[in-house]
Amino acid sequence: MSDVLGFYPYIAVAILLMIGLYTVMAHSNLVKKLIGLSVFQSAVFLMFISLGRRDGGTAPIAPMEHGHAVVDPAIIYSHPLPHVLILTAIVVGVATTAVGLALVVRINESYRSIEERDALASDRKVDEQLDQAG
Amino acid sequence: MNLLAILLLPLLVAIGVGLFGERARNLRDGFTVLGGVVLAGLVAMQIAPVLAGVRPELVLWDMLPGLAIAFRLEPLGLLFACVAAGLWPITSLYAFGYMRAHHEHNQTRFFICFAIAISAAMGIALAANLITLFLFYEVLTLSTVPLVMHHGNENAKAGGRTYLGVLLFTSIGLLLPAIVWTYHLAGTTDFAAGGILTGLASPQTLGVLYGLFLFGVGKAALMPFHRWLPAAMVAPTPVSALLHAVAVVKAGVFCVLKITVLIFGLDMLAVAGAGQVMMVIAAFTILAASIVAMAQDNLKRRLAYSTISQLAYIVLGATLASSVAATGAGLHIVMHALGKITLFFCAGAIYVTHHKTNVSDLDGLGRQMPWTFAAFGLASLSIIGLPPFGGMWSKWWLSLGALDAGQAWVVAVLAVSSLLNIAYLLPIVVRGFLRPAPADDQCDKHQHGEANLAMVAPLTLTALACVAAFVFAGPIVALLQEAIK
Amino acid sequence: MMQHAPALIVLIPMLLAPLVAMLRSPGAGWALFTAGAAGSFALSILVLEQVWSGGVVSYAMGGWVPPFGIEYRIDLANGLVLAVVSGIALLVAPFARASVAHEISEPRQYLFYACMLLCLCGLLGIAATGDAFNVFVFLEISSLSAYGLIAMGRSRRALLASFQYLVMGTVGGTFLLIGIGLLYAVTGTLNMADIAERLPATYDSRVTHAAVAFIFVGLSIKVALFPLHQWLPSAYAEAPSAVTAFMAATATKVAAYAMLRFADTVLGEALVFEQLPVGEIGVLLACVAMIAGSLVAIFQQDLKLLLAYSSLAQIGYIVLGIALGTADGASAGLLHVVAHAVVKCGLFVVAGVVIYRLGSERLDALNGLALRMPGVFAALVICGMGLVGVPATAGFVSKWALLQALIAEQAWVAAFTMLGSSLMAVIYIGVLIERAVFRAPDTSLSDTGITPLGAKLSLAALAVLTVLIGLWSDPIAQIANGAGAGLFEAGR
Repeated sequence: MSDVLGFYPYIAVAILLMIGLYTVMAHSNLVKKLIGLSVFQSAVFLMFISLGRRDGGTAPIAPMEHGHAVVDPAIIYSHPLPHVLILTAIVVGVATTAVGLALVVRINESYRSIEERDALASDRKVDEQLDQAG
Repeated sequence: MNLLAILLLPLLVAIGVGLFGERARNLRDGFTVLGGVVLAGLVAMQIAPVLAGVRPELVLWDMLPGLAIAFRLEPLGLLFACVAAGLWPITSLYAFGYMRAHHEHNQTRFFICFAIAISAAMGIALAANLITLFLFYEVLTLSTVPLVMHHGNENAKAGGRTYLGVLLFTSIGLLLPAIVWTYHLAGTTDFAAGGILTGLASPQTLGVLYGLFLFGVGKAALMPFHRWLPAAMVAPTPVSALLHAVAVVKAGVFCVLKITVLIFGLDMLAVAGAGQVMMVIAAFTILAASIVAMAQDNLKRRLAYSTISQLAYIVLGATLASSVAATGAGLHIVMHALGKITLFFCAGAIYVTHHKTNVSDLDGLGRQMPWTFAAFGLASLSIIGLPPFGGMWSKWWLSLGALDAGQAWVVAVLAVSSLLNIAYLLPIVVRGFLRPAPADDQCDKHQHGEANLAMVAPLTLTALACVAAFVFAGPIVALLQEAIK
Repeated sequence: MMQHAPALIVLIPMLLAPLVAMLRSPGAGWALFTAGAAGSFALSILVLEQVWSGGVVSYAMGGWVPPFGIEYRIDLANGLVLAVVSGIALLVAPFARASVAHEISEPRQYLFYACMLLCLCGLLGIAATGDAFNVFVFLEISSLSAYGLIAMGRSRRALLASFQYLVMGTVGGTFLLIGIGLLYAVTGTLNMADIAERLPATYDSRVTHAAVAFIFVGLSIKVALFPLHQWLPSAYAEAPSAVTAFMAATATKVAAYAMLRFADTVLGEALVFEQLPVGEIGVLLACVAMIAGSLVAIFQQDLKLLLAYSSLAQIGYIVLGIALGTADGASAGLLHVVAHAVVKCGLFVVAGVVIYRLGSERLDALNGLALRMPGVFAALVICGMGLVGVPATAGFVSKWALLQALIAEQAWVAAFTMLGSSLMAVIYIGVLIERAVFRAPDTSLSDTGITPLGAKLSLAALAVLTVLIGLWSDPIAQIANGAGAGLFEAGR
């Protein structure tokens, strides 16, 4: 029992991953796709943060004395590296969302729709007209 | 040094032809013939040293680690080189007559591709290993495609597609894996006396590998990969004559022979019995192609099927795995080349002068074109294998080889096939000389008569060569025995 | 200077990108892109030479010793990939100048070059780094700039193609991130060599197995391995010509290298190929990709789409080499990376020139090309033969190596599938050539009359390279052989 409970962050991660991926695949609305993508990425951030946690751990900040960090072995620190990594990943995620949104704006300008279905249909129509003309 | 000259000379001719171009056509054509004569001389000069045991080598560079582009002159390759190089100037002469009389377009492109094809044939002849052989084999395929598609109409395109399709399918799909497999087994692809596969694989594996090689060399036109040859007949006749009666198809059977003798080795092949299945297929091809040839009314198509049948003789000779049969196969490369090129020359001369392509239209034409039809008759007799023509010797040796290998039924196949040869070749001569010309043709004011000299001279020459080959077969046999011993 | 070369290869384009963005001039942008590519290429060659003579080059980023800091670790495999990627960038550069001026509006051109530099930096970074997380970061750098580049395509479809790629690419990248996170969870390190050392103790852990699955699925999306390839054809077809030429030759190749690195070095063959069925699945998917890609390519009416589908098939060849799980297979895959990069880049430049002069990428535009643009036609024939794998061209060398690796493994079905796919390439390349030779030129297309000098340069260089590699591949093959062996050695 405690095993399952002990892994609860990972269960949350799995659920969020599924929700995100499902949203990406199931929706034709491009903005909703991006939301799904963000949820999907956030799940992974959560996973990394959970990796860094230790029971009773505190922020890994060691005081500096005479230019040297003093580490007290009695204090339990949580693992800093995953946090650092995820900072980078969050930046990547933000950038992806930004580029995606910019694309959606441009798509809306040129297709007058943010539905993938409509945009594809509109392209198909153009093709058919071209075929008939040619 | 000489090897490099032999390889580069045709390329030099190609460049020269390109530079002279259409504006200086006489210079261009003269240059081609001159190049051809010089090449033939260069190759012929090698005969004496090779018979004396000299084997010049030339290693260019490693294409892949351990796989060099290398050349080595050995008797078998020299024989093929002699055939291709010797017939090149004669065909060039014929081609000028043909192309001019026929007002063909793009003559410069034609002669450039022709020269490149000859260079590729020299590369095949001299190749010291399978990878070099494969390289030039593909160059030969690709350089002849523009020649096959020369006319550029739908017919030519369809023919060219079949040509390219079959040859590339067999070479990439079957020959390449066979070569890689050989390399995997033996760790080398160098040709060596006695073969390189001895003791490296089970008889079953060898049988499959041998099959891959024989079918993979699509240029040998073994059934069911023979379709490209009739398809290639859309090409102008000089192309059919030199390439599809001599250089290309002979490159194919030469590869078969070389691979049989220098990769597998006759002894090992005989012991393992790896050639048995292929022997039956070759025999089948001989008979089937002859029968199909009889049904063809188009003269060039008839000759094409005849070629398929005759090529299978050579493959059969190789699969018999006896040194006598292999000698016969090698002899047949020469004899058939001389005979078949004459037949194609004649077909082209008839087409250009009288615009006739069908056998059934040839009635009485012999009286207008006595030289052409006489040459056709002589070459036919040589192909059939009657003395005093060169074709007799190759069939003789092949039959002896079949008995030597204990395959008496093969002799029967050869005999039946000779009868079939008579049935599809001689009627053409008979029609030409003995049948009266059709009535409406009599009223035709245009009595075209004989073809022009540039065409008649080469075909007379090659027809006489068929006779000469009967008398002077000795040196060829000597060369072959040097190769196979 | 020389000891910093591994870092500089990546840093040069990275630092030039903001400079280009600040200068706001297309001319300066192009000049800096060319200079950056040339600089990276020169350094790559130097480093490769150093690796060839002196073994693996390791560079500690910022002076932090591995495994604590980020390590750039260059052996023969990634040295070769670095040289290919920067070399292709350099070869595309002359063509890019005119093509970009023609296809992209003036105010955006400098941004184009900035994005190209970033993309180059990302791709070089993936190849150079010895740190698993760093792979993810550089992968995203290259992908994000690629989304921008593709969106600059001529029609509005480019936007949609870019968005689709963004969704697929991000999912792929995130999968890779999950995999790397799981690896970190079981080994506590991100340094590739360190992971390789510690991972065997956890071979039976399900976390490790999950990590393998996530990493390979993520990378398969980036490689565009069937059936995760849907983003590729539309992205390649809609992107500006110069981008297509560059990306087709590099992006999927670098992802393939990453696959090779993870499979053979980081995770180790014992886990990936012996314990888990990654190899079998890879061979199967590669075979399907080779046949399906070539088959679909035959029926295309759009030149860039045709080449894109052919790329899918060619990716199958590379993955097939990787999935064999042998050193021979790995080196064959690397050889095909090189060969296909050169050949496909050449073909896409041909497509770019046709678009530049005739404004159309329909196959009809190729009609009569042999008379209209003989030089371009010659390049089409040479590179086309390279794609088919005719001897004396680059494609033959890699196919030979691959065939040899397949026969050594007795993988007959895969071998004949590969040859079958090559024969299908004969058909679709043959269709192009036949159109160019026999069909009358389409008079409704107005010809601008001149092929830009830069495009001629690019084409000539790529065509010559195709033949040169084909005739004298000994050095590259030696490097690839060493690389294949090195990848496996590092994994043990």
